Amino acid sequence: MKKSVFLGTVAAATMIAGMGLAQEGSTLAQVKERDELNCGVNTGLVGFAAPDASGNWTGFDVAYCRALAAAVLGDPNKVRFVPTTGQTRFTALSSGEVDVLARNSTWTFSRDTDLALDFVGVNYYDGQGFMVRKDLGVTSAKELDGATICIQTGTTTELNLADYFRANNMSYTPVNIDSNAEGEQQYMAGACDAYTTDASGLAATRAAFADPENHIILPEIISKEPLGPAVRHGDNNWGDIARWTLNALIAAEEYGVTSRNIEELVRSSNNPEVQRLLGVSDELGAMIGLDAEWARRAILANGNYGEIFAANIGEQTPIGLARGLNAQWTQGGLLYAQPFR
Amino acid sequence: MSDTHAQTVPFVRDTMLPAASPPDRQSGAIRWLRENLFSGPVNTVLTILGALIIWFLVATFWDWFAHSVWNASSLSECREIIAATWGEGARGACFAVIRERWNQYVFGFYPPELYWRPTMTFGLLMVALAPVLFGASLTIRRVVLGITAIVTLAAMMWLGVPAGWLAFTAVVLAFGFLASERNIAWLLPFSIVYPLLGVWFLWGGTLWGPIFVLAGPVLGWLAWRLLGSRAPMLGVVVAALVTILFWLFLAGDAATDAQGLVPLAIEPVRSDRFGGFLLSLTIGVAGIALSLPLGIVLALARRSDMFLIKSLAVMFIEFIRGVPLIALLFVASLLLNYFLPPGTSFDIILRVIIMVTIFAAAYMAEVIRGGLAALPKGQYEAADALGLDYWKAQRLIVLPQALKISIPGIVSTFIGMFKDTTLVTFVGLYDPLKSMSDAVRANIAWKGIYWEPFIFVGAIFFLICFGMSRYSMYLERRLQRDHR
Amino acid sequence: MMMTDVSVPANPPFRLSMLIHDRRYRSLTFQVIVFILVMALFWWLINNTLQNLALLGKSFDFGFLFQRAGYDIPQTPIPYTADDTHLRAAVVGLLNTLIVAVLGCISATVLGVIVGVARLSKNWLFARLMTVFVEIFRNMPLLLWILIIYAIFTEILPPPNAYRGEDPAWSMILFDNVALTNRYTSIPTLGMTNDPGSLDLGARITFNWATIAFIVVLVGGWFARRAIRNHAQSVQDRTGERPTTWWKTLAVMVLPSLFLIWYFGLHLEPPSLQGFNFSGGLNVSNGLVALWLALTLYTAAFIAEIVRAGILAVSRGQSEAAFALGLRPNRTMSLVILPQALRVIIPPLISQYLNLTKNSSLAIAVGYMDLRGTLGGTTLNQTGRELEAIVLMMLTYLALSLIISAGMNVFNASVKLKER
Repeated sequence: MKKSVFLGTVAAATMIAGMGLAQEGSTLAQVKERDELNCGVNTGLVGFAAPDASGNWTGFDVAYCRALAAAVLGDPNKVRFVPTTGQTRFTALSSGEVDVLARNSTWTFSRDTDLALDFVGVNYYDGQGFMVRKDLGVTSAKELDGATICIQTGTTTELNLADYFRANNMSYTPVNIDSNAEGEQQYMAGACDAYTTDASGLAATRAAFADPENHIILPEIISKEPLGPAVRHGDNNWGDIARWTLNALIAAEEYGVTSRNIEELVRSSNNPEVQRLLGVSDELGAMIGLDAEWARRAILANGNYGEIFAANIGEQTPIGLARGLNAQWTQGGLLYAQPFR
Repeated sequence: MSDTHAQTVPFVRDTMLPAASPPDRQSGAIRWLRENLFSGPVNTVLTILGALIIWFLVATFWDWFAHSVWNASSLSECREIIAATWGEGARGACFAVIRERWNQYVFGFYPPELYWRPTMTFGLLMVALAPVLFGASLTIRRVVLGITAIVTLAAMMWLGVPAGWLAFTAVVLAFGFLASERNIAWLLPFSIVYPLLGVWFLWGGTLWGPIFVLAGPVLGWLAWRLLGSRAPMLGVVVAALVTILFWLFLAGDAATDAQGLVPLAIEPVRSDRFGGFLLSLTIGVAGIALSLPLGIVLALARRSDMFLIKSLAVMFIEFIRGVPLIALLFVASLLLNYFLPPGTSFDIILRVIIMVTIFAAAYMAEVIRGGLAALPKGQYEAADALGLDYWKAQRLIVLPQALKISIPGIVSTFIGMFKDTTLVTFVGLYDPLKSMSDAVRANIAWKGIYWEPFIFVGAIFFLICFGMSRYSMYLERRLQRDHR
Repeated sequence: MMMTDVSVPANPPFRLSMLIHDRRYRSLTFQVIVFILVMALFWWLINNTLQNLALLGKSFDFGFLFQRAGYDIPQTPIPYTADDTHLRAAVVGLLNTLIVAVLGCISATVLGVIVGVARLSKNWLFARLMTVFVEIFRNMPLLLWILIIYAIFTEILPPPNAYRGEDPAWSMILFDNVALTNRYTSIPTLGMTNDPGSLDLGARITFNWATIAFIVVLVGGWFARRAIRNHAQSVQDRTGERPTTWWKTLAVMVLPSLFLIWYFGLHLEPPSLQGFNFSGGLNVSNGLVALWLALTLYTAAFIAEIVRAGILAVSRGQSEAAFALGLRPNRTMSLVILPQALRVIIPPLISQYLNLTKNSSLAIAVGYMDLRGTLGGTTLNQTGRELEAIVLMMLTYLALSLIISAGMNVFNASVKLKER
């Protein structure tokens, strides 16, 4: 009996030790105090966020987290990646379990308002598409009447799909799946005629097939999916840091600042915009509670937006996504960083 | 002479015939077959049906198993090897994935240079369990501790353990042996300290944390000793207060200060590095260790005379038993942060352990309540007649018997809980069955491999659960005191 | 002589310390303390929740249930479209949970009883096989079985277009009535040539009159059978002769149903391949079939053990006594062995049914839209009302469990030993 009582107390003790004291103050102060950034990511979507065999995270979203950690804490490795499912992601953010959520989440009205999130920008302009087998003989999503469609539950794609088929007066049978891995399995086995998710995800999935040439992504993009990092309502300074870190990465590409030439540009650039960005002139960092070199570190962590894109999901990677909408505005894309001034 | 005699007297046998061996159909294998397999039409049909089932299973799966490949670096390489060895179109299992991802399945994302720590923790767990589980038989203790010692030490050396820790493990194991031979009760202090030690081994950090956690109850006990003789009830209250206040206000700072004075820390490992069977075993063992005492308390509360206590226990047990574990896990991952003071957040593994514990404890309480109810009323009355107070009666008379009766139920609750640890996949933890296999399949080399991970993980679960159930049956027979 | 005064004052004056030392008051003190502690705990939890909600700018209200759901559900026992409310989606999910739970309980009981009896068979081979079945299914996680069976369906069965063409790779089984594909199992529906129309219950829930007629006829038949048996019993009590009743029973049970089948022109409408998919029949999603099969096999292994233990618990003397009384074997079974075995079997069987119902929430692994999939899944995600959604989901499961155990307890009470 004594032993069981003891075990109970141990449980309580571990619980108290594990709880940590209630955190107070701004998110920035908490992150600095903790000396670590908690970043919510996908449980595993190759190219965006996935752990390798030894648990090191890589991907497009992961790179953003590392840049943010570098800007705030000075070390891109001071990040704890919290894998979140479609169900748990927003709660993890609003409960304070993560400081920033970079989990290819779509910026929508209700999430921005009702769920009390603040999306700080768009790091990937996406849209929902369909992938089918070539031998099905379908060339347009309009021909999918009566099809069986694999769809991940708990995402905006579910709503878009319902809306699209309704608007076009077509019927379909949804096959609900739990994760992208399962979606691939079902689609590969032919359990559904079409697989629908964000076009980037489709490309990543298709790229990983043994026979990508036998699958096509239909031309219709049925929704707008601006994916971006999000923070909690209520801490505007932290939101600013997250927003401008993203902007710094995008602006760096626009001004030709890469992780390779950044040291040189710090010394020699006479473009005032670059000087301000890199903290050579005008102490912009102080306005968001950081030092002058914050953006320099963010860019050095994984390179600028273009480098991150190329390294994780670009055309040279197995995922092979073209820049498309995600090119700089000067190249005909939608990326348009607000001026650093 | 023989002639005449033959005419006068009919044949008379004057010697015994040697016993003839029974007819072929009534002896040996044939008789066994007749009795056990072909004793009647129904039985014959069943036998044929059984043989057909076995034949079907073997015919379907034999070539797949026989063509197993254990050495390859990707699924396509596996298929090439199979095609090259067994001809085009042959199918075969690719267990190479297990070989290649073994560490990932066993340790999850635990830092590879620290793999020896979970190994050591598990080896020492066996020592800590010896007085509790294997107390009954010296032979079993010898076998278990012997195998544990060999396997643990060999695995730790293979994994590159620092010499100091190897020596520490060897010393503890040797002490375990000594205690097992001389007096198993010597190990009890180790069993009591083990939960804290295990937590420290797995998660690392400073040793001062566990020490000060332990200091809380010790201070409480001192307070109880001081006051207990005069006012037992007050003593208990003060002891509890002292412990809780110490934990809440002193332990954390004291541990930090002590660490500053005398650094006693090993490399910390965070919860997100846990995965695979390490995660299952951590949650399982912690849940088992915590749910049994909680279950006993709940069962006693449910049988209490006090109306309020009883109804609280009933409400709690029925509520927990009425909802699926998945819902409770979602509470752990989604809602627990609502119920705690704003800004608090604590480890997801700990949250899951708490929920799994509560879940198992409610079932445990019902099992133990059954044991309490099955105990003859005379035992309670005898305890009262001896003048024992409530707690003494429970501790000395009632619980030892009731728990013994409940062993099968308790163990099957444990088994159920251990199997349920796979559900943590739905709150984003890397369990070996689903999340880890998905992570393995996320790699292009192993995309599309389904059956081999299922079979591997299933086999490990089967071994552990089947072992537990067999051991409980053995224990039950051994502890039986009546009907000798 | 000294006299020891043993009489104690009947009512000692009340002192404060008696609250602790006197056994009469101690339990009261203890309960009051516990009550205060529990109340404080609740207050603390609720206070925290309110604070957290205020901090997040959220409220606790169930208004979201009446908003448009906007998502589709593959299997809808009652009419449902994306335009319906979240509440209706939750009800659809609850019905889906009930469907798989009821199907699972029935099939697991049947299989479990068969396996349990077979384990006691004298046939060495068959009994061993059943033991292997039980041990294998009991000692591996249910999730594993669900995933394996689901994977078997998707990896081994063909897509629907394998049934296409002049010489298809696969053909339908059971007299061209059932098509197994890797998306769904297509089974025939019941068609009627003489459809009597439907009873409208409101909220777009309808019941076909034919269904109602069948229910009435079956319930009526059951009562008629009871009346026939009671009559036979009274005749036997009077005369000692038990009249033959089987043909009467058969008639009241079967004939009216046969008449209804003829009257409504009931027939099977087998599915046929049209466009991408089978239509005309009922396409049962593989998620449901895999979940159902896995729940059945897993629970049957437990039920088999319960049944075996129950039968073994009836002592041999009981059946010997019944034979000595001249009862035939089947009457021995139904009158002597079964009633006694049932007493042992029913209570653990109830908890297996409860477990199965709760385990059906593992539908999450196969994308079957049960209560957790709708209310605790998509609705929760789309509205972000995790507190309300999960609380409501837990309460629903709780109510379901309580109803099942209450119902089974009533049954249990009816077979329980009547102690006199």
